[in-house]
Amino acid sequence: MKPAPFTYHDPRTVSEAVGMLASLDNARVLAGGQSLMPMMNFRYVMPDHLIDINKIGELAYLRFEGAALHIGAMTRQRELEFSAEIGTRCPLLHEALAHIGHRQTRNRGTIGGSLCHLDPSAELVNVTALLGGTLHAASQRGTRDIAFAEFAAAYMTTSLAPDELLAGVTLPLPDRRHGYAFVEFARRHGDFAIVACSALLGLDRNGDIKEAALAISGLGHAPVRPALIERALVGQKPGGAEFKAAAAEAAKFEATADAYVTSVYRQHLARVLTFRALEQAARRAAEQAHG
Amino acid sequence: MADTRTITVTVNGKVYQREVETRLTLVDFLRHELELTGTHVGCEHGVCGACTVLIGGASTRACLMLAVQCDGESISTVEGLATGEQLNPLQQAFQDNHGLQCGFCTPGMLMTLTEFLREHPAPTEIEVRKALSGNLCRCTGYQSIVAAALDAAQRIREGA
Amino acid sequence: MAEKSFGKPLKRKEDPAFLRGSGQYVDDIKLAGMLHAAFVRSPHAHAKIVRIDKTAALALPGVHAVFGFADLPDSVRGQTLPLLMPHPAIKQPFMPYALAKHETCYVGEPVACVIADSRYLAEDAAQLVEVDYEPLPAVGDCRAALDQDSPLVHAGSESNVAARFPVKVGDTDRAFSGAAHVFREKTYQHRGGPFFIECRGAVASYDSPGDSFTLYASSQGSHRLKRCMLDMFDLGDHQVRVKTPDVGGGFGPKGSFYPEYVDVAVAAQALNRPVKWIEDRRENFLATHQERDQYWDMEIAVDRDAKILGVRGQLIHETGAYVPQGIVLPWITATTVPGPYVIPNFKLDVVAVFTNKIQTTPVRGAGRPEAVVTMERLMDRVARELKLDPAEVRRRNFVRPEQMPYKVGIIFRDGRPVTYDSGDYPACQAAALEASDYEAFPSRQAEARRHGRYLGIGISNSVEATGLGPYESATVRVSTSGKIVVYTGATPQGQSHKTTLAQIAADQFGVDIKDVAVVTGDTATISLGIGTFAARTAVNAGSSVHVAAIEVAAKAKKIAAGMMECLEEDLELAEGYVRLKSAPDVRKSLREIAVKSIGMLGFSMVGGFPPGLEHTACFTPSQSVYSNGTHVAEVEVDIETGAVSFARYTAAHDCGRVINPMVVDGQVVGGVAHGVGNALYERMVYDENAQPVSTNFGEYLLPLATDVPHVDLVHLETPSPLNPLGLKGAGEGGTIGSIAAIVSAVENALAPFGVTLAEAPISPQRIVELLGEHALGRTQ
Repeated sequence: MKPAPFTYHDPRTVSEAVGMLASLDNARVLAGGQSLMPMMNFRYVMPDHLIDINKIGELAYLRFEGAALHIGAMTRQRELEFSAEIGTRCPLLHEALAHIGHRQTRNRGTIGGSLCHLDPSAELVNVTALLGGTLHAASQRGTRDIAFAEFAAAYMTTSLAPDELLAGVTLPLPDRRHGYAFVEFARRHGDFAIVACSALLGLDRNGDIKEAALAISGLGHAPVRPALIERALVGQKPGGAEFKAAAAEAAKFEATADAYVTSVYRQHLARVLTFRALEQAARRAAEQAHG
Repeated sequence: MADTRTITVTVNGKVYQREVETRLTLVDFLRHELELTGTHVGCEHGVCGACTVLIGGASTRACLMLAVQCDGESISTVEGLATGEQLNPLQQAFQDNHGLQCGFCTPGMLMTLTEFLREHPAPTEIEVRKALSGNLCRCTGYQSIVAAALDAAQRIREGA
Repeated sequence: MAEKSFGKPLKRKEDPAFLRGSGQYVDDIKLAGMLHAAFVRSPHAHAKIVRIDKTAALALPGVHAVFGFADLPDSVRGQTLPLLMPHPAIKQPFMPYALAKHETCYVGEPVACVIADSRYLAEDAAQLVEVDYEPLPAVGDCRAALDQDSPLVHAGSESNVAARFPVKVGDTDRAFSGAAHVFREKTYQHRGGPFFIECRGAVASYDSPGDSFTLYASSQGSHRLKRCMLDMFDLGDHQVRVKTPDVGGGFGPKGSFYPEYVDVAVAAQALNRPVKWIEDRRENFLATHQERDQYWDMEIAVDRDAKILGVRGQLIHETGAYVPQGIVLPWITATTVPGPYVIPNFKLDVVAVFTNKIQTTPVRGAGRPEAVVTMERLMDRVARELKLDPAEVRRRNFVRPEQMPYKVGIIFRDGRPVTYDSGDYPACQAAALEASDYEAFPSRQAEARRHGRYLGIGISNSVEATGLGPYESATVRVSTSGKIVVYTGATPQGQSHKTTLAQIAADQFGVDIKDVAVVTGDTATISLGIGTFAARTAVNAGSSVHVAAIEVAAKAKKIAAGMMECLEEDLELAEGYVRLKSAPDVRKSLREIAVKSIGMLGFSMVGGFPPGLEHTACFTPSQSVYSNGTHVAEVEVDIETGAVSFARYTAAHDCGRVINPMVVDGQVVGGVAHGVGNALYERMVYDENAQPVSTNFGEYLLPLATDVPHVDLVHLETPSPLNPLGLKGAGEGGTIGSIAAIVSAVENALAPFGVTLAEAPISPQRIVELLGEHALGRTQ
């Protein structure tokens, strides 16, 4: 299982890289390699040009600015995992990262790579959907901001133009007082989730839900933000009956099927994990309120 | 004409300079160019961990790296663990605990654990199992490998 | 002779090299001028080959040759690969050619072989070979293959039946007609592939002046491969050497003879250069033998006290496209069903069925795990229906130790009647139950249920035939340098032969194991050999080494007695010398004795001895010897997701006397992990056109360190009376008992919901499906 031959390019700047994307046919961008290299080894993908962006220093950054977290596309998952500031200011991200692959894959894997690969159940994709992240694309034509909802175009297909490079992502930070949760079901430790669900709950002074956000991955090509369910939670007390109702609604979304997993099972997991995520988020919200 | 680059790589402290085809994977470079055959090929799609090496101290699947990406890097492989005839504490713990049978997954296990024990000098069994979850073994059932890791951790703490 | 080494958990001699990364596996072999092979494989489950066009491939720089069937030498073209275990029941002994001739019968079947300067180039060229196929109808399901109007796996054949055979004893019709209770269980079982971490591989070199081949292969039996090579190339004994280097796991399928070995040898001869082929993981999914589907339809008849009157039923066994190991696998399955229970009347009708998939051959456990699942499901069913403790139902039916040797009444694959030589099954179960705190489980389970958690416990008992004949060879030789070497046909893939066989020999010479070299799997060093599989090496090679070492030690004493002019009985062997017991400084070294033993030019041999200080033994067992085990699995099922996790796992095992307890423990624990895979994770998925869908480790799930339980081991030792050291095999027991125990435990956890299980593997999705509304759990 050896890759087919290609011409290798290793640009040092974004400007060089987008120049290559504009001029080379059948080119692929190599980031962490944890998704692309297997495909190349299997010869599922045979680019004529491989643009290795690992040497573009300007793409690796991690910056907190106000209420947002700015992450360069080439920031390694490991760096996110070890960032103490993310631990305090966006612990949801750490909870998601704990499920991603294995140490070896996080040492090389990047947030940009994960977002561009757009696996339906990828944890970083889910969190970006939940937080309403903005993707920053660069090309010879300039830069372009893309809301996540517009970024995920189809199954494992982003809305990036062929000559665009993902340069970074901005994640609005959740309110510190919000309860959060990231739960998933996978067959084994580190496997891709079959279904994942993340949740943010903000409570008012009475302990009622004033804000709710959910992102359910694994049903369709991108995480589902169930607006109706989120709205229905607002004004409710965080409790079993309300969460059961939300969970039951979550099971009604259409879900894909493949040779291993039925759509019925995915829908069932959506119900179970939505319930568990809301419970967990509510527990943490209560702790924040009293803590 | 094949696309090639000249690279300079340090492996186990020794510097090598070679001209390589750009599509040559790191594991094939180590095994066939440098004849360091201790790093093994098990799946070539990043799951089994038999090819695990340390690049700049970070555990990495060498089947998912191109050799040309390692220009200027410092790589550690299993061949660098022992000092002459003397096995290091982790290796010795493997022998003492029967942590290997066919030996094929072993170099990958050792490299993964080298990074892990450096960062977690007093791990629990659960932590060890999670750390090993990126390395497949079909012979041992992992139990003796876990025992070896915990034993090694203790020896290293005691200054073996 | 005091046993200094036997029975001790000595550290392995194999380890330092492996730990340093200086093991020598087949891909580590580099010969001058070596070229590399890649295969063009059929993408169709069933197809006719119309045309092969090599032009574009040959035009690629660095490509040396492309072989199709037509390019093979006469003797190779003229025959299919040898069927080594023929049997009259096999009516249609289809076997493959070294490269597909007119027809391909499974996805992955080799059609052409490309030789190039590197594997990278060979793969480039393989993509350029154009093959015109005419797809034919394919059959994927072994039950559907039995239908009258099923497509034929082999075009023009009479049916898809490879073989039919009954295994029986007594009169099941009579037993069933009067029975108080009859219960029927239909189960579907699916095992998967071996998935050794080192893929297969071979290096062939050809010596032109000598017209001889050397084949290095990652195998489980060098002699078996040699025999096949002699047939395929019509060669004499002196013209083929097979040498197996270090092997990264075998688990059965590396014991087969594969077309690729022939093809690299053909290429080496044609190009007069060594040729290497290393299987990649995608090929491994397609073209390495595996186990797969079995459909069981069984009935058990018991009396009012749950004593078994009879067991009968049918087994449909999927053999895949060919029958390289005959009907060995289904035969082993069938004869393992009775297990440790007294079953006076037994009848199993077995049909081995062709499908357009890679052939099935023994994978660790070799059909026995499935037999145990079948029998233990029946026992659990009896317990459930009669409202008895499952352990009690088993207790009431055990073969008792005083009944040993116990004739089961059926014939094993070795042609001999199944006769358990020794074993204490009641004691084994009792020990396992004690160690697993079985008594207190009901209260653990009840407590868990109060908290909305579901625990389950399952028991399995198994008896396994080990130490399979016909023999294993061993030569023990003291060379003129005084160093001791053991040569054997045993061919290890992690079973620690270099340590265990040294332990046996070392004791006869009174030396440390470091003073005994063990050389395995090289046909040039010993003429006869069988190989390492089927948990046979300790018994066969161990016994041969023991016998041979005793002979050599005795001869050394005889010669030394002559040299020292004393009596043999006054001598002992120790530390590389033969010395007077009463005055250890009076001694001769093994070196001196060995030199004496080879004689001196011009002088007759002293004492009428044949020359040399060596002996070759081929211990030939009269029958298999029977190991046994009891596994107790305790699991927790998350009824909302269907996830299964382990609370506890206990394995009691009896493999007779043990050469190295550390090695045996490793075998049992490793086997349990494999069983966990087969119970909960491993499934080779194919589509409706017999196209393999599971072809990578992301989709075919092997158990990780986080998936397997810590196994608590309980040791029992019932020596076998049938070999000098009292040994039995240990390599497969862990796998054989584990699947049944786990399935039983999961079912027990789901008992409150009335769920019963009739399949393995069992996935979380399936558990949720079976639970129906109950899976809503707290979301309801």
